[in-house]
Amino acid sequence: MESNGNEELSRIIDELKSLKTEKSNIEHRISALEAQLRKIKVKKDDEMPNSNGSCTSTVKSFVDSSFGHGLSPNMIYRYSRHLLLPSFGVQGQSNLVKSSILVVGAGGLGAPALLYLAACGVGRLGIVDHDIVELNNLHRQIIHTEAYIGWSKVESAAAACRSVNSTIQIVEHKEAFRTSNALEIMSKYDIVVDATDNVPSRYMINDCCVVLGKPLVSGAALGMEGQLTVYNYNGGPCYRCLFPVPPPTTACQRCSDSGVLGVVPGVIGCLQALEAIKIASVIGEPLSGRMLLFDALSARIRIVKLRERSSQCKACGENAALTQQQFQNFDYEKFTQSPLSTSPLKLNLLTPTARISSKEYSEKVAGREAHILVDVRPTHHYKIVSLPNSMNIPLPTLEDRLPEISSALKKEEERRGVNTGSSACLYVICRRGNDSQRAVECLHKMGLTSAKDIIGGLETWAHDVDPNFPTY
Amino acid sequence: MDAIGTENTSKNVDSTHEGNENTSVEIKVLFFARARDVTGLTDMPLVVASGSTAENCLYELMSKFPSLKEISNCMVLALNEEYISESTIVKNGDELAIIPPISGG
Repeated sequence: MESNGNEELSRIIDELKSLKTEKSNIEHRISALEAQLRKIKVKKDDEMPNSNGSCTSTVKSFVDSSFGHGLSPNMIYRYSRHLLLPSFGVQGQSNLVKSSILVVGAGGLGAPALLYLAACGVGRLGIVDHDIVELNNLHRQIIHTEAYIGWSKVESAAAACRSVNSTIQIVEHKEAFRTSNALEIMSKYDIVVDATDNVPSRYMINDCCVVLGKPLVSGAALGMEGQLTVYNYNGGPCYRCLFPVPPPTTACQRCSDSGVLGVVPGVIGCLQALEAIKIASVIGEPLSGRMLLFDALSARIRIVKLRERSSQCKACGENAALTQQQFQNFDYEKFTQSPLSTSPLKLNLLTPTARISSKEYSEKVAGREAHILVDVRPTHHYKIVSLPNSMNIPLPTLEDRLPEISSALKKEEERRGVNTGSSACLYVICRRGNDSQRAVECLHKMGLTSAKDIIGGLETWAHDVDPNFPTY
Repeated sequence: MDAIGTENTSKNVDSTHEGNENTSVEIKVLFFARARDVTGLTDMPLVVASGSTAENCLYELMSKFPSLKEISNCMVLALNEEYISESTIVKNGDELAIIPPISGG
């Protein structure tokens, strides 16, 4: 009976798996065909005066340029609520339709920014990203759907934008934004939206905007806070005027390490779309020379007046004159001491004898070897998931809590009745295997020279030992 | 000489007006982003000698929170929501904001 049940179970799981793959392929085919169909329809619509189809070719002569603003009947209907705004109107919309905007990053900031920019009728919208859609993106990157997990973010975002507005041109740049391609890509657009998630990209995009004289709508979000500024516009400062020295790597945090409340980049991304629209349509007072600070927890928005353009600035200062060649040769990863890619840091601090693999550790557990496992992650990480029988001692408290480790080791030795001469082992684990190495270094210094770290941390444990162990 | 004399008097008048302490001023410090993480605070009152600059205030803060040093080269300082340089003198009741950049997205 039981073996029958198991067979049944694996048959169902296999069938589900293959059906899901099939479903995802069909969904992609449908969306590609729909996009094609829309393109054909748009061409036809543009040839016809009225999208409602109520009056057709007889009044064709009215259309084209006869209204004096270049907006087709289709556009007039689609963007009517914009046209009804006295301060925006036909002029604003015509400007918008003629503009081109590049959004670098189709993540938490880029998601809402792209959707609004597509919806509002920007003439040409470029999307740069080299990442793929992952399940842990979806809580904030609302442009992507479950069907696109594992697919390129650019393809996913472009499909979503096209399904909102098939009448605009969407350009897919499925590549990492680097000094080698930045000038070429950016030069084709009027306005740049920085929706990236790392320090070197922010300096690189800023410098490229300065070199090419493009306004930069820069947004950032982490945790419960967001920041927004328009740089290099109307004589205002650039990013380097404010932050000539990059932050140390210890102060650079990523959403994948520190977390972010999904709606926070959503708010900032929407505001980025708003600022880009204001610049493109030439209305209002863009956020140049000012920085908006959004505090989600206290529901506060502050706007701080910024400094003027710095004459000493290495990018836009009086004697700077950053050339395209200099930009292309600049090493942004070296300058900021952090990688352009989002892949997490991989430290290698210890000698191989001070480390064991997660597989080796699982064998030691199975062999009931006398040992203590110290998990040095922050407590709120430990609460998400942890290995059985581990003790949580967050890295910053390690030194103070050394006696706890020593007494736990003693207890384990007594409990297991370890023979004199040998002793219980001490293993250290963290999320990805960096902090565990730092901890082992510290433990060695404090005399616990047998301490070893588990290479690659819980992520590797989940990958190599227990596929059902949750990752985050 | 006259001008200096007037300045001194007006300073004295000011500080007596604002409180009994005529040798110190109290400001409110606002922390953002990483500054908020390392201090564990969103804001705090800070008493400094009158005539102190923003740099003096930062020095005080760093002795209270040594880990603030980490971001001391990379932050915007704003006094009452306007960018200032470190040499700006703070006055009683001012709000000094410490704004390191966020890079996430």
